[in-house]
Amino acid sequence: MKLWQNFLRPNSVTEALQALNSSPDPACIIAGGTDLMLDLQQGRHSPVHTLVDVTAIPALTRLEVRDGALFVGAAVPISQVAASLLVREHAEALVEACNLIAGPQVRNVATLGGNVAHALPAADGTIALLALDAQAEVAGVSGTRRMPLTSLFLGPGKSAINKSAELIVGFYIPTHKTLKVFAKHPRSETVGAETFRVSSCFKRIMRPQGLALPILNCAVWLEREKDIVKDIHIAVGPGGATPFRATEAENTLRGQPLNEETFNRTLESLLAQAQFRTSARRASADYRKHIAGGLFKDVLDSAWQRAK
Amino acid sequence: MNNQISLTVNGQTYALPPIPGETLSTLLRQRLHLTGTKIGCDEAECGACTVLVDGEPIMSCIYPAERADGKTIVTIEGLAQRVHEEMKLHPLQEAFVEHGAVQCGFCIPGQIITAYALLKRNPNPDSADIRFALKDTLCRCAGYPSIENAILAAAESLRTGEPVKKPHIPDSIHVHKSVGHTHLRPDGIEKVTGKAIYTDDLVFDGMLYAKARRAMIPHGFLKKLDISKAKALPGVVAVLTAEDIPGEHNHGLVIYDWPVMVGIGERVRYVGDAIAIVAAETQEIADQASALIEAEFDLQPVITNPVQARQEGVPQIHEKGNLLKHIKVRKGDMEAGFAEADVILEHTFHTPTADHAFIEPECSIGVPLPNGRMEIYVGSQIPYQDRTQVARAMGWPEERVRIVGQLMGGGFGGKEDVMGQIHVAMLANATQRPVKLLFDRHESLLVHPKRHATQIRVKIGARENGRLVAVDTELYGDTGAYASLGEHVMTRATTHSAGPYDIPHVRADCYAMYTNNPPAGAFRGFGVTQAAFAVESMMDMLAEKLNIEPVDLRRMNALHVGSITNTGQKLRESVGLMECIDKVDAEIRKQNPLPFAPRVDSANPNLVRAWGFAAAYKNTGLGGGAPDKSGAEVELYDDGKFEVRSSSAEMGQGLVSVMRMIVAEEMSVAPEQVRVLVMDTDLTPNGGPTTASRQTYVTGNASRYAAKTLRDAITATLAEKYDVHPEQIRFENGIIYANGHSVTFAEVAKEMKAMGQQPRAVYEYEAPKTQPLGMLTEDGKYGDMHFAFSYGVQATEVEVNKLTGEICVLKVISANDVGMAVNPLGLQGQIEGGVMMGLGNCLTEEFIVENGNVVTDHLARYRVPGIMLTPEITSIIVEHPTAEGPYGAKGVGEICSIPTTPAITNAIYNAVGVRVDSLPVNQEKILWALINTP
Repeated sequence: MKLWQNFLRPNSVTEALQALNSSPDPACIIAGGTDLMLDLQQGRHSPVHTLVDVTAIPALTRLEVRDGALFVGAAVPISQVAASLLVREHAEALVEACNLIAGPQVRNVATLGGNVAHALPAADGTIALLALDAQAEVAGVSGTRRMPLTSLFLGPGKSAINKSAELIVGFYIPTHKTLKVFAKHPRSETVGAETFRVSSCFKRIMRPQGLALPILNCAVWLEREKDIVKDIHIAVGPGGATPFRATEAENTLRGQPLNEETFNRTLESLLAQAQFRTSARRASADYRKHIAGGLFKDVLDSAWQRAK
Repeated sequence: MNNQISLTVNGQTYALPPIPGETLSTLLRQRLHLTGTKIGCDEAECGACTVLVDGEPIMSCIYPAERADGKTIVTIEGLAQRVHEEMKLHPLQEAFVEHGAVQCGFCIPGQIITAYALLKRNPNPDSADIRFALKDTLCRCAGYPSIENAILAAAESLRTGEPVKKPHIPDSIHVHKSVGHTHLRPDGIEKVTGKAIYTDDLVFDGMLYAKARRAMIPHGFLKKLDISKAKALPGVVAVLTAEDIPGEHNHGLVIYDWPVMVGIGERVRYVGDAIAIVAAETQEIADQASALIEAEFDLQPVITNPVQARQEGVPQIHEKGNLLKHIKVRKGDMEAGFAEADVILEHTFHTPTADHAFIEPECSIGVPLPNGRMEIYVGSQIPYQDRTQVARAMGWPEERVRIVGQLMGGGFGGKEDVMGQIHVAMLANATQRPVKLLFDRHESLLVHPKRHATQIRVKIGARENGRLVAVDTELYGDTGAYASLGEHVMTRATTHSAGPYDIPHVRADCYAMYTNNPPAGAFRGFGVTQAAFAVESMMDMLAEKLNIEPVDLRRMNALHVGSITNTGQKLRESVGLMECIDKVDAEIRKQNPLPFAPRVDSANPNLVRAWGFAAAYKNTGLGGGAPDKSGAEVELYDDGKFEVRSSSAEMGQGLVSVMRMIVAEEMSVAPEQVRVLVMDTDLTPNGGPTTASRQTYVTGNASRYAAKTLRDAITATLAEKYDVHPEQIRFENGIIYANGHSVTFAEVAKEMKAMGQQPRAVYEYEAPKTQPLGMLTEDGKYGDMHFAFSYGVQATEVEVNKLTGEICVLKVISANDVGMAVNPLGLQGQIEGGVMMGLGNCLTEEFIVENGNVVTDHLARYRVPGIMLTPEITSIIVEHPTAEGPYGAKGVGEICSIPTTPAITNAIYNAVGVRVDSLPVNQEKILWALINTP
């Protein structure tokens, strides 16, 4: 049985959606294919009639600042995301996450669209995008819609995207109060008399030579005003059935100075809200809970220092 | 949409029709015959298939071929440039050869292509850049430090235009004209250019593709087998079952207990048992047909571990029961020994099953000849054993089978047992067409024998001053469904289970048990890896209890010339253990006067470092009374060049270099004047199994004595011709001097032929006789169980993260007494790779079987250490020659890997006080132990 019969390389989103809808079933989008190909080869995904390759569609391969946001096309190879100066400037956490996804050869073809579409609660790229408050642009026959990343995930491996009729075009990452692009990192802007500095960070803990997914990862985006955490987003994976935003912890720390006492309260909120689970060969829920504090502190401290 | 794929490969353009479901690697290998791009796993884990697409390295095994339309591809074949008539190697290719980064060579195309892309982007990379770029390009020979050095040297050459700088590798202290100097591999250039041919690279006219249907149940009786649907599938040429086995139904290396296929009514003993085999026009059809075979089983309770296997009332897997062998070592009087002890400690250790994970999966091709003979093309560690087993299964005389050995992409003990050899012989015989059976990684993991999982209890007694008085061990070894070399492996584990120490009272009992897990057999270290972990952990526990430095405790008890081993063997020579201990000790103290004390990182108090220490010994050769022979033949050709031949296996370890250097030495010619042919049962004498670190010694000696014999014949010829005494004839730098005449070897060859003599000599070397374990010699003493031992000591510096339990090995110092370093460059590769395999054994590798079912059935689930985990490795060569070895040499392949694991776990203990007694190290368990330790 051939793993696929027909391989299409459309040049536009419209063409791709048409191909997806008009091809004999089963038809399926392929971006980098670094997961899909393995699923097909190893029988976890049954053979398909048509693969619709979206990596040649210009709309999905753009990486630019547009309408006050950084747009990362869903089919931009992870390695290009990691190497992009624009991403480094606006979304350092994403650079750090992308540099840790798989290995260099896989990163040269794998995409953020695929990373997100799999809806895994601990995918490194997804966790970084979540902390960066990214929105996804999803295209379907009836048009495109933008949705907050959080609303994209329904359960482990389940996304809100209709895979037989829709595709992810890309991600918008807010560039936050920045009207012009600053050449140097970190960015700062004076609004009135106040100086805000914005930064982000991503780290993870793995087994040595670890399996594809981390034991635990964490991304933090924050806006610092002197010693006050003006705003903060925290994402932890796996911290629940879907990629987890630690909103309680964010509420605890927002507007507060960062010190031992506030950190401890924030961590407490994070641990109370997160639902750690045991994965058979990676880690127990207890272990994850135990190391979460250290990882979170490490990531938060780095982001905080970067925003100095 | 496209009706053709237009692509440029290595500067040449192609327009090819798309084939549904095809990957780029398949297009390159099968349609363009660019077989330099290798398939190690077919699951984007190993990196062997890396090629450049528009300048970027990608894994071609998961890259749809149709996506390559319009793209520019560079493969390993595209790097060397034609300059005038000659191919000029790319500096990376040259540097890989010069730095000894090439061993089995299977991963090398991927390594070089990945490095090539790095240097295009970053002409001046540092170590961190290289490691980042090569993170997922696995090398199981694990010459990562050499790979890194080669890339640095190539980068420098590319920047400066100067020739590639050679590595600085000291010669042997017992250096001769050829042996003892660094020598480049004869197959190095083929391996860096992608021209090296491995079994799966071969294609024969009319070749069929095979697939074995595996039982996929761990234990049961085959009730029904229906092959009709498979047979009916168009493109299927043959489907064979146990009924079609013409000769003996079982095969095996020692005990014939492993069914070629399980027949109806017969017992399935593990998931990998074959129940039918298919040959078809394409691999796809063969796979599909295999899936159409319907089988029903009467399931039986599963024996999951060796302790359970020995319990009363459990199902017996084999007719003779679950006990393969109870192995006993007895020396002295245990009661008296423990009565003398001031301190007695006892502890039980566990080690998991492990897989060799050679990057080249198993492949066999059977080719029927018109004269009725059968050729089997295969990379095998024991070609003559393959021949015997194939012939017996076919019911043929052995001479009807020819094993034509191919380059091997790693073996490490995992290519000793027959895998597809008999199956392809049966299918090729039935169809009278060539048949290829290539395992995919999944099948490789499922089927071939592994490293034994063990449970080892050690009870150790010592005087207050540290002198060991008694050691009592009890071992359980999981030999899985079939014997393979289980008895021998576990015997080695048992005899080495009290460590490399001089101990008056020793008792060891080992139960090698059958279970329903995949079989276990030979794996680098051969049981000693597991035993060393247990006893060397105990030595550190004892040192702490007695408040003696770990190094001093080992010095006090170390085997030395004059010691009696646990099996009653008096060591008369070549015991370099103390020198290994002293040199490693001196090296770590250079860096830190208190190496075993924990040191907290000043910048991050959660990071604690310490050194750990371990010693080991390992026999060279089969031992235990087995006749240990090797044959070699040396022939002089009319062009004045030599060929040395033996069936011994080259699996990356460098035997071919050793053989050619030895012949060059004896003939006083340059090594380049000597060709080497190995692994062919028609053309090469039987070198015996390539196992037990024996080939440098036995085939080295066979090559040496064959060369000497030929040299004597040449001398006699010339003595007669020029009427001089043989003693007056000198061999010097490729010329023979006799009575004022200087004669070339080309002239001698013709001279001898003219006189009706064949300028060749065969020699069968037999190593000194050994005694079986526990057998008394005539004088009432135990004799020599082994003819030589190698010794190894390692110290590792480890960093433990107290917040997470994470472990990082920073440095390894490895001293090995190898007798004599025949080829220091080859030795370096063995030692680096040995350390990395030891590190994997300790930190990452665990072949998981649950209730007889394999969980780690893809490479993605089995963690093989990569370059990112590679510590700084310092190698110290210790050379206490053994009189019988060639120029004093003894084995090294295994000893360099054995002490790594306990050196790491001892370092972990020294850093944070957590004793690891079960492998692999689990960071989660370390953390809980840290939390629970007051």
